[in-house]
Amino acid sequence: MTDDEFSVPAGSVPAGSVPAGTDQATVRVTARTQVADDVVALTLEHPQGDRLPAWTPGSHVDLVLPNGLTRQYSLCGDRWDPFTYRVAVLREPTGRRGSAWVHDTLRPGDLLGLGGPRNHFPMVPSDEYLFIAGGIGITPLLPMIRQADMMGAEWKLLYGGRRRTSMAFRDELERYGDRVRLVPQDEYGLLDLATWLGEPREGTKVYCCGPAPLLAAAESACSPWPEYTLRTERFTPPELDAPARKGPFDVELRRSGKTVTVDPDVSILDAVRGVGIDMLSSCRQGTCGTCETTVLDGIPDHRDCVLDEAERAAGDCMLICVSRSRTDRLVLDL
Amino acid sequence: MTSIRQDAAALPTSDIDPFDHENLRDRTPMQIALREAGPVVYLNRYDVYALGRYDEVGAAMVDWQHFQVGAGVGLANFHTEKPWRLPAMPTESDPPLHDAPRRVLSKILSPRVLRRVREQWTADAEELVERLVAAGGEFDAMPALAAAFPLKVFPDAVGLPKEGREDLLAYGDLVFNAFGPKNDLFTRSANRLAELSAWVTTLCAREVLAEGGFGAEIWAAADRGDLTQQQAPLVVRSLLSAGVDTTVHGIAAILHAFATHPEQWQRLREQPQLARVAFDEAVRWASPLQMVFHTTATETAFADATIPKHKKILMLLGAANRDPRRWHNPDAFDLTRDPSGHLGFGMGIHQCVGQHVARLEAEVLLTVLARRIKQIEPAAPPRRGLNNTLQTWESLPIRVST
Repeated sequence: MTDDEFSVPAGSVPAGSVPAGTDQATVRVTARTQVADDVVALTLEHPQGDRLPAWTPGSHVDLVLPNGLTRQYSLCGDRWDPFTYRVAVLREPTGRRGSAWVHDTLRPGDLLGLGGPRNHFPMVPSDEYLFIAGGIGITPLLPMIRQADMMGAEWKLLYGGRRRTSMAFRDELERYGDRVRLVPQDEYGLLDLATWLGEPREGTKVYCCGPAPLLAAAESACSPWPEYTLRTERFTPPELDAPARKGPFDVELRRSGKTVTVDPDVSILDAVRGVGIDMLSSCRQGTCGTCETTVLDGIPDHRDCVLDEAERAAGDCMLICVSRSRTDRLVLDL
Repeated sequence: MTSIRQDAAALPTSDIDPFDHENLRDRTPMQIALREAGPVVYLNRYDVYALGRYDEVGAAMVDWQHFQVGAGVGLANFHTEKPWRLPAMPTESDPPLHDAPRRVLSKILSPRVLRRVREQWTADAEELVERLVAAGGEFDAMPALAAAFPLKVFPDAVGLPKEGREDLLAYGDLVFNAFGPKNDLFTRSANRLAELSAWVTTLCAREVLAEGGFGAEIWAAADRGDLTQQQAPLVVRSLLSAGVDTTVHGIAAILHAFATHPEQWQRLREQPQLARVAFDEAVRWASPLQMVFHTTATETAFADATIPKHKKILMLLGAANRDPRRWHNPDAFDLTRDPSGHLGFGMGIHQCVGQHVARLEAEVLLTVLARRIKQIEPAAPPRRGLNNTLQTWESLPIRVST
């Protein structure tokens, strides 16, 4: 059943060529808007005005900055508009240099490298959605909220931030009325998740994105709920136990016929590159998924935040920028 | 790009019937006529807008916002007609409904996961080829290879029971006829519609599907909440509708191509790594799925036409795959060509989610054949099958020598 309320802008469609693959493209920044204290929104377009790759709510793109840094940002615009992406960037005082460069140096007209879009935080069908955002964690949830509303699902949003003026997109959320609760910490203190979530029930999905303590709180608040209720996305890698192995291990690269020893202070990715394998990677933190590699033998020690439990258990792929080995030897399809 | 827009009255208009038996037996004259009439051609017989050129078909396919599938990918317009079965999932759903089923299937049918079945499929192909060689090497390749191999490996991978599998072909024939008009072919198929639909529905149930197969994985995804329990059987059904006849006729197309192009067969034997290219070139050259319909979401200005809201758009994949504006010497089956970008699997968010399965089936079978068979030649003239939207062979007698 098609539905007219998914309004499509009427008018002219350039019968242009089919978009190229998405391995590495370029986008032009066409607008830069301050949307909250320390948050700028960027509008991105194809340099020739062509269609950009399609995406789904929860997706992120890699932006390759001119200073060589690569950063992941959630797409928070309108997927029905094929010509523009929107991302929002928080200035992170303690962060690595990417966000400061975007805030201080980036100007409309600049070109950036683009990777993706990829989605590790997909929106699944549900009768009811409970969205929990912490700060800049609102970005992947915006398109989800729009879609939940469009589909006529039950939904509400709990949105916490340091103070009202630091919380982006308040204006866009106004039209949803009581479904949205804003909780600036300087006015109301910390979020009370348990009360807001209510009684555990079937047929509900909780989507949470924000800083690590909020995710931990959401996990604990959702523990009485049915399995698979909570879906989270981390912008920062989780705190992990120590690696399974203290010592070095060997990695055999079956297609290249090479074997390399990986020392405790070296990533598999760097070790593999060290023997001349041209391996694409991006975040080096196990959050983006670019360096996913097929495992032919051995047991990975998964230390990423991309693969789900089922994928980890299958053991047939790993993210070699952060994950290591539980066995003396790993065999990779490289 | 500025162009003069035309309303339907001023568009190139044709009374060609793409579903006429003559045009199904040999689609080439119809493809050329519609492709060369203009970028958008109005078919007055069906009140649809046909696209036969590569650029326009590709552009319409990637523009999911304007050209939707939710009103059916056949001629029937679900805005005004009741579908004969529940709309296919994800094939006949637009975003946002499309997202979850598509994502689940993409994962289950990803190249990474398929590596697990390669070894078994190779053994199955070797056994089949040995049997045919031992029996004298002259056979009708349509049932003996093109149907036999996919009907063994794919239902095994899905986790279907062993009995009754040949009826999957009858069901697929029915589904792909039903994407066309309600002509004699549809009626012929429709005799078994109730029986086959009921039977396929039973195959989509959780308890029928073997553990570890694609079907069971779809149900497992529903248990994790990645799909709804209501969507799961429809997603399984999409494998059975779209995953059998298409690959059967794709493999038939490549066997026919090699039987009629012995020099290309020698090239493949010398360079077996060309097996994947060979299959995609065959899909371009023969386009097993010849056409698909989308529907305008709103009044849409496209190429030099303004197409009203909720009109059916006929995309002639077979014509686009032989468009001389895009392909050099398009009618040649040529392994030295790069067939990338052909539209035989579609393009955009609805591009065939099972394409890696089809490629693997073909690649495994071709690799085994190339190792074992020196020559493939026609043993008798082949006979075309008739289906409204698929390019099929009824009979493909060949002789192989080792």
